[in-house]
Amino acid sequence: MSEHMQLFEVFIRSRRGLDHKHVGSLHAEAHAQALEYARDVYTRRSEGVSIWVVKSADIVASQEADCESFYDPLDDKPYRHATHYQLPEEVDSM
Amino acid sequence: MTDNLSDQQLEQRETEFQQRIDAEEKIEPKDWMPEKYRQNLIRQMSQHAHSEVIGMQPEGNWITRAPTLHRKAILLAKVQDEGGHGLYLYSAAETLGISREELIASLHSGSAKYASIFNYPTLSWADIGAIGWLVDGAAICNQVSLQRTSYGPYSRGMVRICKEESFHQRQGYHIMMTLARGSAEQKEMAQDALNRFWWPSLMMFGPHDADSVHSAQSMKWKIKRQSNDELRQKFVDQSVKQAEVIELELPDPDLKWNEERGHYDFGEIDWEEFKRSMTGGGPCSRQRLAHNIQAHDDGAWVREAMRAYESKKREAKDQAVA
Repeated sequence: MSEHMQLFEVFIRSRRGLDHKHVGSLHAEAHAQALEYARDVYTRRSEGVSIWVVKSADIVASQEADCESFYDPLDDKPYRHATHYQLPEEVDSM
Repeated sequence: MTDNLSDQQLEQRETEFQQRIDAEEKIEPKDWMPEKYRQNLIRQMSQHAHSEVIGMQPEGNWITRAPTLHRKAILLAKVQDEGGHGLYLYSAAETLGISREELIASLHSGSAKYASIFNYPTLSWADIGAIGWLVDGAAICNQVSLQRTSYGPYSRGMVRICKEESFHQRQGYHIMMTLARGSAEQKEMAQDALNRFWWPSLMMFGPHDADSVHSAQSMKWKIKRQSNDELRQKFVDQSVKQAEVIELELPDPDLKWNEERGHYDFGEIDWEEFKRSMTGGGPCSRQRLAHNIQAHDDGAWVREAMRAYESKKREAKDQAVA
């Protein structure tokens, strides 16, 4: 066990209507403390209107090294893109 | 949440809420909101989600009979997208404090509606073209406008959906164009599909503004940003040119350019048919709902198996620790 406290990931919504975006991480004893630290560390210059903190251990992530096999079933379907369909110029803005 | 507020406090909150809306600020899930705003959003978003999911049926009908492997792959990808859109919308609606189970239950009981257009049958391959071109085209008009809706999660969902939709309309138009430029018989098929889907597409925008129960309040709260009639006009205007280019005829003898208005005039919708289709009397209404209920019930064992597998894994882990 590390002598540091648990690691939390911090997400900030910079403005109403936008998604929360990952900004960094910090150590804290618990969620409430993490939220206050995040406020003190990441929003000193009014960077946000809302903060999420999530225990880093709770995040499950795919690995970039696995891209080839992980996304393999999606890569050969160009017809999922609008540009795949050639239309007459007059209606091409569709 | 509003239970403990005095009338005066409630009024104050409502005023602040409306000011926020008027200032073009989004409302986010944990904000205070009037109960009616929440209810109105749940109604509209769930109706939208149900439409995406029920809409998979008329198109799914042609997956096994698509004319080429390429068209089949495209149609599969499109129907898969619609399922995904249903998921985005259900999840966004759930941020308002309603559960997925409740949403599905109100679809199945008939208390929640979905777009009446999906109660029409897909009789020929050309119908798949007409749906992509017109039905998705009409949906896009509506959804582009809803990207600016006042509720944050709905707005962000719409941005994602619009990005994916343009392929849907283009593939549909491409099917129509291919048929219209094919044999006389193929062209006739395309025209027939257009004849059957044109009016139901216009109905997708809902009743006239003056007759729409929820419109005025939804506009004030900026849940809706453009009225039913405005969006319908926009759709008619864009469709005229698109039909011309592939030499098909929109089935409306009253369709005429109005120089003064700068828009096309068009004929009156058969509102009796709209009402019938909306209240379960459409040609395929019973079939659509029955199929959705059956698919839900048939999938129960999969959900159960997933739960059982997870709990077994947990038990094994707990035992290893002990």
